[in-house]
Amino acid sequence: MSGVRRNEDEVRRMLETARPQVPAGLPARASRRGARLLRRRRVLRRLWLVAAGAVVVAFTVWAVMVQPWQAPPAGTTPPLDGW
Amino acid sequence: MAGAAGRLLHVATLLTAEPVDPPGTDERAQRLLTAALARTYADWDQLHGEDPYVRTRQDLAVRFARQAWRHRRPRGGLLDRLTPQERLVLVLRLYEGVPEEQASALLGISVERIRSVCDRSVATMRGTRSPTGRWGHTRQLRAAP
Repeated sequence: MSGVRRNEDEVRRMLETARPQVPAGLPARASRRGARLLRRRRVLRRLWLVAAGAVVVAFTVWAVMVQPWQAPPAGTTPPLDGW
Repeated sequence: MAGAAGRLLHVATLLTAEPVDPPGTDERAQRLLTAALARTYADWDQLHGEDPYVRTRQDLAVRFARQAWRHRRPRGGLLDRLTPQERLVLVLRLYEGVPEEQASALLGISVERIRSVCDRSVATMRGTRSPTGRWGHTRQLRAAP
């Protein structure tokens, strides 16, 4: 078991070599891109809300105009009994 | 921020197996890191106390796993002899010290497989095993949804 540990430590030491230099512009570029991502997400959410609201309004207007809950007028006259 | 970015860039160059020596040759690693950092920036308000470093590292790993097939060609870096999956597991386990269970959950691979891939990578890096064939292995690498 300790042999495995020793081998792993050997490779770990291999990995701990010189660290690359972060280019000066990289963090700024990342934050710009992140801001753009955030903005796009906000716009998408707003569009989605507007679409959902439009659907609700359209349904309400249609329901008020058509009033589908009212029974349709009878097509035939009811029979006259006991006259 | 600067220290974290340096360490993460090192992780990224280890993953892409690009040489570090003349500055600027680690273009792919820089692109990976920029994308991961941007994602963390955008998710900043939804971190809920999670460590931004850990979040960025996760994003980096998943991003690399998704595009592993693009990184299968040797580029002259330190971990050149390993396949993309072996590099990813080795770096997460040994360099970043991520526990086996977390690495398994992150990459959608069983713990046993993480262990065997890690052992294989260690043996390859120490020269006690010949490198894995390039084809067929990159395909098994897949990120958890």
